Amino acid sequence: MGSAQAPIGACVPSSASAVPATVPSRHSVFVRVTHWITTLCFFVLLVTGIEILVSHPRFYWGETGNVLTTPLFQLPIPSSRALVPTGYGYVLPDQNGWSRALHFQVAWLAVLTGLVYGICGLFTGHFWKNLLPSKADLSWRELLNTLASHLRFERPTGAEAMSYNLLQRLAYLFVIFVLFPLIIWTGLAMSPAFVSAVPASVILLGGRQSARTIHFFASLALVLFLLVHVAMVLLAGFGSRTGAMITGRMGTHKERT
Amino acid sequence: MTDLSRRKMILTGLAATAGVSGLGVAARLAEKYGLVPPDHGGIYGPGETLTYAAQRLLTRHSLAREFSPSQISKRPFANEISPLSDDFKRLQAGRFADWQLSVDGMVERPASFSLAQLKSYPSRSHITELACEEGWSYIAEWTGVPLSHVLNLVGIRPQARYVAYFSIDPDWWDSMDMADALHPQTFLAYGMNGEDLAVGNGGPLRMRLPRQLGYKNVKFITRLTVTDNLRGFGKGLGSAAPEAGYAWYAGI
Repeated sequence: MGSAQAPIGACVPSSASAVPATVPSRHSVFVRVTHWITTLCFFVLLVTGIEILVSHPRFYWGETGNVLTTPLFQLPIPSSRALVPTGYGYVLPDQNGWSRALHFQVAWLAVLTGLVYGICGLFTGHFWKNLLPSKADLSWRELLNTLASHLRFERPTGAEAMSYNLLQRLAYLFVIFVLFPLIIWTGLAMSPAFVSAVPASVILLGGRQSARTIHFFASLALVLFLLVHVAMVLLAGFGSRTGAMITGRMGTHKERT
Repeated sequence: MTDLSRRKMILTGLAATAGVSGLGVAARLAEKYGLVPPDHGGIYGPGETLTYAAQRLLTRHSLAREFSPSQISKRPFANEISPLSDDFKRLQAGRFADWQLSVDGMVERPASFSLAQLKSYPSRSHITELACEEGWSYIAEWTGVPLSHVLNLVGIRPQARYVAYFSIDPDWWDSMDMADALHPQTFLAYGMNGEDLAVGNGGPLRMRLPRQLGYKNVKFITRLTVTDNLRGFGKGLGSAAPEAGYAWYAGI
């Protein structure tokens, strides 16, 4: 922890440093770095999460559940364990060992990245400036307008392309302040040691199996967000948008029309 | 510009040096306070170490959740077990009267206990959840003798850091640190839901640590070894689980 200088310095929006004034900065350094680390973490957590899920593709509600009890629902997929009744005549190879190790290791990286993002977001005012909708924008009328322009597949231009619109802001706020905390919470609530220290973490969710089921639905919601997010980036111009998230600048090259 | 980049370079260098030496100090402190798991090597070592260290700082003395009798699972699921050996079948035929638990290693008085002896010590029960790493779980009332009671009988030496425990199944062994070994809910369990522990559930004697996942709760326990390091056991990773790719510390 000897390098406290580095993260704070990295929090300063890049517009304040070396970027020439003529090319406006779109995303600050900390947003870009944490965005791509989170992206990487998400894919790893998704793949390893699926591998872990395959060993028991049944979901329950409440405290307990096993193959002798009635599930809330069961995914129509084969399993990596012979004792799970799936209706398939074969068993998938067991990948739980490395999947679990990688899942938890990358969960640490994701949580620490989220911590850096949260501290930098507070420090730079990123949340208030870029994510929280202004009072004037937060109306049904504005919401319908934004929705309508999305449905007409209109591309953002000019000043609009330089900030987030209302729908974006709401979607990002929901992911950052609802889905991410929820998926971390439900993950911790499945840890027998963690819940021994913080029993409320699992009791509030209604039990260990409820936590597991909510963890699954939160990850589904994140996958849904990812699909819409990538679709929107494609519509808005993949090159310039992805470039902006890498270099911080919107770039001067013309987009395809 | 050159001034700026030189200053940047010096600052980066200083930060990197501070970071590396900080990590070195952290590693030494972690080792000293027992925050490094035996399977800390390899590509998943950082994750395993972070998890174990965080849990040891957070949960050294915490108690596993206990449930009310009405929450006991009507249909507890006994996971599959390897085919029983001839040795086991012979002991089973004798209703486990000759089952022995031997305790050796860093103890003052190595000893061997029969089931009847273990049952003659003050018994304890708790209603706790057994959760498998696969995702399923059940709640049962477990009865046994606290491991700490047996360790007190044989007298552990002060340098002891781990208790390794072995199943009659030669491929199945594990170990735990002293925080878990001396934990009041860690049992040598011989009863479940008011009856003798069934063979499918690990009877006649199962290690029961409710703060860790199912696979740490090794069935058919015949031997304990108290030790100060685990390098001499198996591949030196602390248990059979890491040798199969699973974490040594399963409190997650």
